[in-house]
Amino acid sequence: MNNFLFTQPFFKKNGKAVAIYFLVAIIFWFVFLVIIPQFYMLDLSFRTNVPPLARGGPEDYYTFEHYSHFIFGSKTATDAFNFVDLGVFGRTIFVSMLVTIANLLFCYPIAFYIAKIANPSTARLLIVSLIIPFWINELLRSFALRILFANEGVINNFLTGVGILDQGILFITYDIGLYTGLIYAYILLMMFPLYNAIESLDINQIEAAKDLGSSSFRTHWRIVIPHAKPGIVSGCTMVFMLTVGALATPVVLSSPNTLWFPQLIYQWFNMNDNWSRGSAYSIILLIVSVIFVLTMMRIFKVRIGEIIK
Amino acid sequence: MSADVELSEVSVTFGSFYAAKNVNVKVNGGEFFSFLGPSGCGKTTLLRAISGFQEPSEGKVLIDNKDMSGIGPNKRPTALIFQNLALFPLMSVSENIAFSLEVRGVSKEERKKRADELLELIALEGQGDKKVHQLSGGQKQRVAIARALAVEPKVLLLDEPLSALDLKLRQRMRTELREIQKRVNITFIYITHDQGEALTMSDRIAVMNEGELEQIGKCDEVYNNPLTPFVATFVGENNPLYGKVTGIEGDKAKIETADGQYLATMNESKKLNIGDESIAFVRPETLFIPRDGDNFDNKIDVNIESFEFEGNLKNFYASLKSGAKIKFSVPNAIDTSSITSGSSIVLGFESSKSVILPKASLAID
Repeated sequence: MNNFLFTQPFFKKNGKAVAIYFLVAIIFWFVFLVIIPQFYMLDLSFRTNVPPLARGGPEDYYTFEHYSHFIFGSKTATDAFNFVDLGVFGRTIFVSMLVTIANLLFCYPIAFYIAKIANPSTARLLIVSLIIPFWINELLRSFALRILFANEGVINNFLTGVGILDQGILFITYDIGLYTGLIYAYILLMMFPLYNAIESLDINQIEAAKDLGSSSFRTHWRIVIPHAKPGIVSGCTMVFMLTVGALATPVVLSSPNTLWFPQLIYQWFNMNDNWSRGSAYSIILLIVSVIFVLTMMRIFKVRIGEIIK
Repeated sequence: MSADVELSEVSVTFGSFYAAKNVNVKVNGGEFFSFLGPSGCGKTTLLRAISGFQEPSEGKVLIDNKDMSGIGPNKRPTALIFQNLALFPLMSVSENIAFSLEVRGVSKEERKKRADELLELIALEGQGDKKVHQLSGGQKQRVAIARALAVEPKVLLLDEPLSALDLKLRQRMRTELREIQKRVNITFIYITHDQGEALTMSDRIAVMNEGELEQIGKCDEVYNNPLTPFVATFVGENNPLYGKVTGIEGDKAKIETADGQYLATMNESKKLNIGDESIAFVRPETLFIPRDGDNFDNKIDVNIESFEFEGNLKNFYASLKSGAKIKFSVPNAIDTSSITSGSSIVLGFESSKSVILPKASLAID
């Protein structure tokens, strides 16, 4: 048995030590960090919420109540549907989509400039200046934006101080701070896949299109964007998934009247001490996001293998 | 429709470096014209100046007598074929060919018709739906030509497009390019470092070195009457014989070298005086092993060092008394079995086949 394993091509190619390290690391990652926690959560989401001591007792049984709560609300509620939670969920998905699109629109020109127009030293400088702000953690960056956008914050103080406005704008109340923060939070995850994809395009392709009479817009539409599609999709996927699951930014920047779906999940886990319901909500978010992304990929005719390229 | 292309005192500088320096040349409409030179000599820069990707730092590019300054590559009546062809890999062959029509808003049916016509011109009928990567090297080459011709340019610019092909294909494509040029009857400006390519295809060639034009002329003119030692050694092979001029007889000059005196022909525009440092050039194929009755006006004693068999030719490498090296070629049909390494023989060459020029640096291979 032992001999059989060690004569496999994988072992011969990499040597015993490296091969064993790979196997152990991958199995540990996949089993302990992915499968076990997710299955535990999946299992929990179908159980009644009982105190630890009552687990395994008669009150601990399988149920759909947490999922039905998400859709229909509590049994005592008068509304036909759980409009509050469904609303938060729908808004989270919708706004995340807009944030993703905004990121794409922001990043594409910059990525193109760095990849194809700027000379190498300018490009390096620009990349470094993009990275450095992200040495500061997400929570601190959100608080920094809060200082800018608060009712008595830097922007409002400036505008009223100079006399442009009589009264400050309610950036936080109207969630302008939140949207800005969400766009900013994961922008690098859009920038780099885009940059890499555009960078790999042969400059002669762009020049050939131009030489054949193509306008700049059309060159982008027909040559650059089709080439960069895998990068666009991988950037959009990452930004969307992370935005949908963002917690720190909404906690700091969302208006008191609105919730981001992960905040709801957090409340079930930590404030209401209902891990089963929190798990169910997490599973819903995960599944819907994955379906959403796969649908988008189907619509834009991208195969999953292309993203990894 | 073809157009004249004129470069008038064109210089292109990058910082303090002159990629092209004061270039004056007029390419006639319908001509197949080549810029020939070693890599880095500025020929690609000139091509980019004609196509509009590079504005000259000084001077003007005129196409059909119209000044092209400030006119972008997408507005010039030129089409460029890139060294790596730059076909669009995500489009089909037909889409590639019809791209220039698509960007001009030509209708789909019209585009299809034109693409089919061009596919026929390049002998790829019915292959329009293929992807670019399904084509062979030679087919890609032809698609690139068709794509460039679809705009009906007045001038086609070619940037060493054959360099990636293997020898046989390259030779066939030379003939094909020449035929296509005759059929469409537009000006072709061709860039190459391969003198064989330039000589076989072109009506005229311009030899470039370090950003400057060395000589412009018909192929045989440039080959037989090089104006500079660079051209003499870059276009074809040449043996240099260094020395001083000791006498002038009409259009011939006598040169005294470490190995003896030779008579060679002067170029009309490069007259020499007695005492001038100069180089006489003699090509390997004009050095002969004298037979009975032959009477060459130059004789040269050599010691055979080595030999190589090329196929149609046999090349001998020999040394002179002074240690200078010399190469001569003999057609394979001639029996040379008596000549072996170490043997000393006498070679002869005609003064009319040897060119003498003022001393200057050679092309380094």
